[in-house]
Amino acid sequence: MIYDISITALIFFFIFVGLVLGLSFYFGRKKSDSSSYYAAGGQIHWAVNGIAFAGDYLSAASFLGICGMIAIAGFDGFLYAIGFLAGWIVALFLIAEPFKRLGKYTFTDALNAKFNSRAITLSASISTLIISVFYLIPQMVGAGDLVMPLLGLPHWAGVILVGAIVIAIVASAGMASTTYVQFLKGGLLIILSVILTGYILKNGLSLSPSTKDNTYHKFITLTPQVEGDKVTAVAGWDVISQQTVGEKTFVKLSQSGVERWFYLTNNDGKQSLKETLTIVQKVNGEKLYNGETKDKRKFYQVGHLSKIIVNGKEVDRTGAVGPFEFLSTINTSDVVRFLQTKITDGTDLVSVYYPEVTSGAKFMLPGLKYKIGSDASLWSKLDFVSLMLALFLGTAALPHILIRYYTVKTPRDARKSTILAIAAIGGFYILTLFIGLGAGVNGVMDVESSNMAAPLLAKAFGAVLFSVISAVAFATVLGTVAGLIVASSGAIAHDFIDIYLKKNLNDDNKVKVGKIAAVVVGIFAILLGMAFKGINVSFLVGWAFAIAASANLPAILFLLFWKRTSSTGISASIVVGIVASLAIILTSPTMWDKYGLGAENSMHQMENPALISFPLAVLTVYVCSILYPKKEVKVELTR
Amino acid sequence: MHVNSTTEEKEIVTRQKSKLGVRLFFIYLICYAGFVILGVFKYELLATTVFSGLNLAVVYGIGLIVFAVIMGIIYNYYCTKYEDEAEKADELIKEDKK
Repeated sequence: MIYDISITALIFFFIFVGLVLGLSFYFGRKKSDSSSYYAAGGQIHWAVNGIAFAGDYLSAASFLGICGMIAIAGFDGFLYAIGFLAGWIVALFLIAEPFKRLGKYTFTDALNAKFNSRAITLSASISTLIISVFYLIPQMVGAGDLVMPLLGLPHWAGVILVGAIVIAIVASAGMASTTYVQFLKGGLLIILSVILTGYILKNGLSLSPSTKDNTYHKFITLTPQVEGDKVTAVAGWDVISQQTVGEKTFVKLSQSGVERWFYLTNNDGKQSLKETLTIVQKVNGEKLYNGETKDKRKFYQVGHLSKIIVNGKEVDRTGAVGPFEFLSTINTSDVVRFLQTKITDGTDLVSVYYPEVTSGAKFMLPGLKYKIGSDASLWSKLDFVSLMLALFLGTAALPHILIRYYTVKTPRDARKSTILAIAAIGGFYILTLFIGLGAGVNGVMDVESSNMAAPLLAKAFGAVLFSVISAVAFATVLGTVAGLIVASSGAIAHDFIDIYLKKNLNDDNKVKVGKIAAVVVGIFAILLGMAFKGINVSFLVGWAFAIAASANLPAILFLLFWKRTSSTGISASIVVGIVASLAIILTSPTMWDKYGLGAENSMHQMENPALISFPLAVLTVYVCSILYPKKEVKVELTR
Repeated sequence: MHVNSTTEEKEIVTRQKSKLGVRLFFIYLICYAGFVILGVFKYELLATTVFSGLNLAVVYGIGLIVFAVIMGIIYNYYCTKYEDEAEKADELIKEDKK
């Protein structure tokens, strides 16, 4: 997409990011002076801790990814919101309290509390590293998407920017991501979402969704003369060529020297040509947007309703609506989504984004991304189940999530703040449904990436709202990335080199190794962030959840609820969980597309691995525990 | 201040809380699985309008989110009750000894 830079937005953005970063440095310094951060935990009010919990959890995936996926795939994006929240139930009811009784707060420590086994140290540190990297990818992709409309920079520049800032922070100071900063961020995110939802409802629904800051392009429809399947003439245009991809037919027309592609549709025998968006990649590296160079600015934002029906009557606009009315009106209206396909035209590679009218009733049901209707294949049904399983079981198994549960002193305060967090996150996720749908029908979508749905919608309502939301989202990414890089460098320096290899590093060397590890992981994350450009970040986070659910959760559940679990069982199940889920991900259609082999040629059609890898890991921990029972028990679990 | 340290927590309270947690987990699991099963086997049912023009998918989905919050509040209520009861019992024993 082609973006204009707004100076107001830019100023607000830098003020906000500076404020958030400054605060985190300020508190970070203050906290490290005091003898112990966690000992002071008892002084933090449970309500502050609860919102901070929400701030920790609402990463780029939640804010950018879910809204984006709802905007392009309707209800299927909301599936992620449902699953992300349901995962908290597993964390609160099954894992949190028993962990506290073990006296251990991280997976590696908790898993090893009873055994002190090197195999567990090794496998758990590898799983921490892999999950962190998979969680890092979507954050980096989201960061790149964020800076494009703000700074007018290309995607890769944004990825490098975030990577460099975070590496600098982590490698020079070691970032203390503190409760108050997360509290601020979480609180702001929720308040801004409420404001944005208010704007959406006040604005209502309209066939031509223009706002004062955003004029919506009027997409044209032409009536062609057709003989057989061939378009022969179009008034005012020259017909150049015609191509069929799958079952879709596209026609290349030209007018005053500009070549455009149109999508041929057949509606009850009446054929028409609908305007598409195209990006033509020439052999010489030149890129044409809708047939013209970038500076002509002929590339548009998309997403609108083609028919609005209120109480059985067709209207042009609704005016302000209530929340239920908003959802039910979309349900009875028609949504125009822009889908992507690729055409090879001579030596040119053409990305075509063509309009597809989808009934609102379909848009408000699962099935546009994860096909589960009666005509769906078994594979896609399994894929849906697999996704829901991974989201449910993944949250509790993410290495960085549960830690905050232990930052307030009394168990009842920990519980109260967790429940407040669930309420805040849940409320936020319900709002994402409105923001996502609002972005989908208000003509703000960037066809190249769905991740910017929420910020671009804010942009349509005003530059200030846009910059504040972008700044908070950017700070969110920075915080999450810093935390993940610290976690993975810890896994390498502390768990792997120090304990597993028994190098017995002194404190200085340990810090040095940790920093080197942080830089390496950071660079790796930057490269992956560039490679995965354009993929929805919630979808990517779904993979991290699947790996976490397969590698960590079977081990932890058996440890807590089955007395005969042995160390061999635990380490074997972690390894099997990682290998199985990674193998399925790396051979999935999305990856096949990334390799350039074409998604349709992939080895299988599963996008989400948990349905296979989770049971495999459960089986492994059970069988291995029976075959290789534990030898000695160092600490008995209090039950 | 209440008794904070985990080591001092009565074993019976731990067991009560753990049992409650597992029970509530299974209740939620059934509701969550219900949504997934409905999606796979009775997809058409999700399109049914439930109230004020909202279909079952939206109502069930938002319902799952709200239900999680309610479950959390129930869990907290009972856990606090168990802890208070154990504390009260403790105090009674102490008074008896005096």
